Amino acid sequence: MSVLPYLVAAWLLVIGLWGVITSRHLVHMVLCLGVVQSSTYVLLLAVGYRTGGQAPIVSSSVPPSSPFVDPIVQALTLTDVVVEATVVAVLLALTVQAHKRFGTADPNALGALRG
Amino acid sequence: MSAGARTRAAARARLGPRTLLAALALAGLAALVVWAVSELTPFGTPSGPANGVVKTLVFKRHAANAVNGVTYDLRGLDTLGEELILFVAALGSSVLLRHGRESDEVERKRAGNEPGPRTADALRAYGTALVGPLVVLGVYVVTHGHLTPGGGFQGGVILAAGLLLAYAAGQVVALERVEPTTLVEVTDATGAMAYALVAVGGLVFASAALYNFLPLGTTGQLLSSGTILVLSCAVGVEVTGAVALILTELLDQTLLVGRE
Repeated sequence: MSVLPYLVAAWLLVIGLWGVITSRHLVHMVLCLGVVQSSTYVLLLAVGYRTGGQAPIVSSSVPPSSPFVDPIVQALTLTDVVVEATVVAVLLALTVQAHKRFGTADPNALGALRG
Repeated sequence: MSAGARTRAAARARLGPRTLLAALALAGLAALVVWAVSELTPFGTPSGPANGVVKTLVFKRHAANAVNGVTYDLRGLDTLGEELILFVAALGSSVLLRHGRESDEVERKRAGNEPGPRTADALRAYGTALVGPLVVLGVYVVTHGHLTPGGGFQGGVILAAGLLLAYAAGQVVALERVEPTTLVEVTDATGAMAYALVAVGGLVFASAALYNFLPLGTTGQLLSSGTILVLSCAVGVEVTGAVALILTELLDQTLLVGRE
């Protein structure tokens, strides 16, 4: 099943977007966006995985000549995680302000209020 | 049928056409994504220059952990942008959360000698006992990023979690002592600044921004890998400040809402 990791990434993307669209609470929506973004982690790590490869960390028992999984996509995943954390922080702050202003955190109700 | 169920049913009816449209669109998207990934190299055989990168980093930069070597050396400029994203996000969420309240409202509520709901003694004892080890672990992860899994971002989050634990253990009272907002803000800015200064140092002492201009040491020793270690520590300081600032601001909201 060599395509399974890619299918998991696709599934996370689609199910996360489904959650965003059908969400009835802004905090839930933010977390669903987190699920969408986690699909990119799975995709990146799957792209760089090498069968039988070591973690790209050299030590006395792991010489630099042994096969490694790709460290570049792992570093990209790290960037990705940081970006998700920042996005979640700002969106949660916006959620707090939206709840203060409209008295509800239901995205549908927010739309109705704006008319 | 309860009132809640009726509301839910009504909401579902309102969502009807939208749900149908979303299902169709997402099915299309899923098909496109599956089509796209089917053209990728098969799982387990990456085509990237993984081993070449690892060897370059280990032999030229003396960094045992290739992931951090990529993050703080090969992609150092990207990481500068990345930590500035975090800096701006911390700034943005504090501006958003401080909007529309008096500048000293939180301080007044804190000073209004209304201690928060008392936490259980067991939680406080356990939390207090864990703060020290957690901070030590955080510092270890930050300073050993070039040798073992970890680095500035990961260790910074652990350090910020230590501060959050102090909050959970002692509620607001301890937080006032452990985490004055000004100190957190200054920590955040200092870390971001330090990274930028190292980047400029590359221009001053060598040929390019973020050039690894420090002595590289011996691979596997604590003081090795040149600027990779320094940048990891700078990011650790910045992430601690940024995450602690975001958490402080969000926790201040519970203070504002909970005591109204």
